[in-house]
Amino acid sequence: MTLQRRLSRAPIYLALVAFSVFYLLPFYVMIITGLKPYQDLNVTRMWELPNGIHLEGLAEGWRWVAPNFRNSAMITIPAALLSSVLGSMNGYIFAKWRFPKSDLIFVLFLVGMFLPYQGILIPLVRTLQVVHLYGSPIGLILVHCIFGIPITALLFRGYYIGIPNELVDASKIDGCGFFSIYRRILLPISMPAFGVVLLWQFTSIWNDYLIGLVVLSNPRLAPINVAVQNIAGSWSVEWNVQMSAALIAAAPTIIVYLALGKLFMRGLLAGALKG
Amino acid sequence: MEKLIFQGRGGAAAPSLSLARRRRVAWLKGDRLVAVLMLLPSIVAVSVFIYGFIVWTGYVSTVKWNTVVEDYSPVGLKNWIDLLKMERFHWDMRNLLFYAAGFMSQCIVVGFFIAFLLDQRIKGEAIFRTIVVFPFAVSGVVTGVAWRWLMQPTTGINLLLRNLGIADTMFAWNADTKLGIFAISIAAAWQFTGYVMSLYLAGLRGISEEVREAALVDGAGTWALYRHIIIPLLMPVTFTAIVLTGMGSIRTFDLVVILQGPAFSTDTLAFHMYQATFGLYRFSLGATIGFFMILLSALLVGPYLRSMGGALEQ
Repeated sequence: MTLQRRLSRAPIYLALVAFSVFYLLPFYVMIITGLKPYQDLNVTRMWELPNGIHLEGLAEGWRWVAPNFRNSAMITIPAALLSSVLGSMNGYIFAKWRFPKSDLIFVLFLVGMFLPYQGILIPLVRTLQVVHLYGSPIGLILVHCIFGIPITALLFRGYYIGIPNELVDASKIDGCGFFSIYRRILLPISMPAFGVVLLWQFTSIWNDYLIGLVVLSNPRLAPINVAVQNIAGSWSVEWNVQMSAALIAAAPTIIVYLALGKLFMRGLLAGALKG
Repeated sequence: MEKLIFQGRGGAAAPSLSLARRRRVAWLKGDRLVAVLMLLPSIVAVSVFIYGFIVWTGYVSTVKWNTVVEDYSPVGLKNWIDLLKMERFHWDMRNLLFYAAGFMSQCIVVGFFIAFLLDQRIKGEAIFRTIVVFPFAVSGVVTGVAWRWLMQPTTGINLLLRNLGIADTMFAWNADTKLGIFAISIAAAWQFTGYVMSLYLAGLRGISEEVREAALVDGAGTWALYRHIIIPLLMPVTFTAIVLTGMGSIRTFDLVVILQGPAFSTDTLAFHMYQATFGLYRFSLGATIGFFMILLSALLVGPYLRSMGGALEQ
């Protein structure tokens, strides 16, 4: 590549670097503020690096949100696992056991992905109260599983559609039934799909605020994003503690994103219903 | 009843009728039946928790339940008329318009632009891509906390602009009574642009090299190539992006809870619904707003799902 050619490409890289700075800036601010001790919180020196690493803010933030971090883990992990298993079964049926009107049912399922939850919150709360699951983590897990039905069915169906029908038909002739086809043929090659769906469900359930706020508002039982919002809402909590709490809340999803970025991107694209 | 029909039609009709019935139920046996049974719990859950609840919400919007005590005495469209007259609702609509304009245009224009840049055979593309999508991995609450600090008038962005010598301002960002809702749309777009970018990037990657080369051979410049060929080819992606960002605009909640400005300057339908219902216990008012949000989304998503349904037929 000639020097001239390289120079002509410089603006592209410059623009990309500028965008990268913009997207990283809030993280930079969260991290440096979280690592500053209380007495160094000065509005005029907000952008400056802390003088050394101070973990008081982080420790204090952890004290505030540790129970909620545990709550979120106890809700998110089972909910993500259950809804993935359910989604795999539904996707299998929609892809390989189509029956009259099954495509229509599938599209009717998808409507749930676009639902503004405000449109169903009141019946949701009343129903959970009646079955004594209001204000309980089990209730929240159930709700996340149900609202996860559309997206998980979509992702798994998309994956299973790509598996040749001949494989399924051949095993039918060999005498395999509904469950043994699933167990012997589909399930063993489903791991990439499970990866995408688990990651998607984990991220969206962990990051949920509205459903947790409405179904499980008890501060002791609430998921972490509700707790972080409560801290941010009270002016008595210092900025370094707020930022630390936010970082703690963001850590699990950031870690899985960095570790499994490829799967994450695949979920993003599939989640947008591209055909 | 059946017997009557047989007699009326004469004996010959009987076998063909039962055959038709048998054919109608033929698909529902053996493994097919197992499949339907396995799907049934999900069908029930979706019917109740989505469709049933939508109808229920619609019903609550026509009754008098505006206190803690459940009251299903019908009031017709009173809640709807009250809502339409409410000053706060007018703010919500104004804010929806401003927010949607800000959020959608930022996500789509910037998202496309970054995808365009990344499509130029960039060294370190994966790193740039990871950074741009990064904010999408964190929650709205975390985004709000970070941006609330950035939008403090005495520090944050204003301080950065001052230090860089760009502007000396005390602009209140999210707390500005006129433009606060735009400021919030910046934080929202910061989080969501990466998603739109990745949709566009996938779309660009799907356009074959031949198409580009053919256009270039025909003497089209880069600008004309994008203007007349690539952007039109990406219309389905743009359509998807409009639906997704439009939906995001209608239901925006987390960010406005944290970044709320004075009075109703940054109020949204979602936040109004939440406060009316769980703060003031005006359930029927809350249901009216909630149902209104569903109607708005239906306008946006309806055509999208119809095109989806069409794609499934193939």
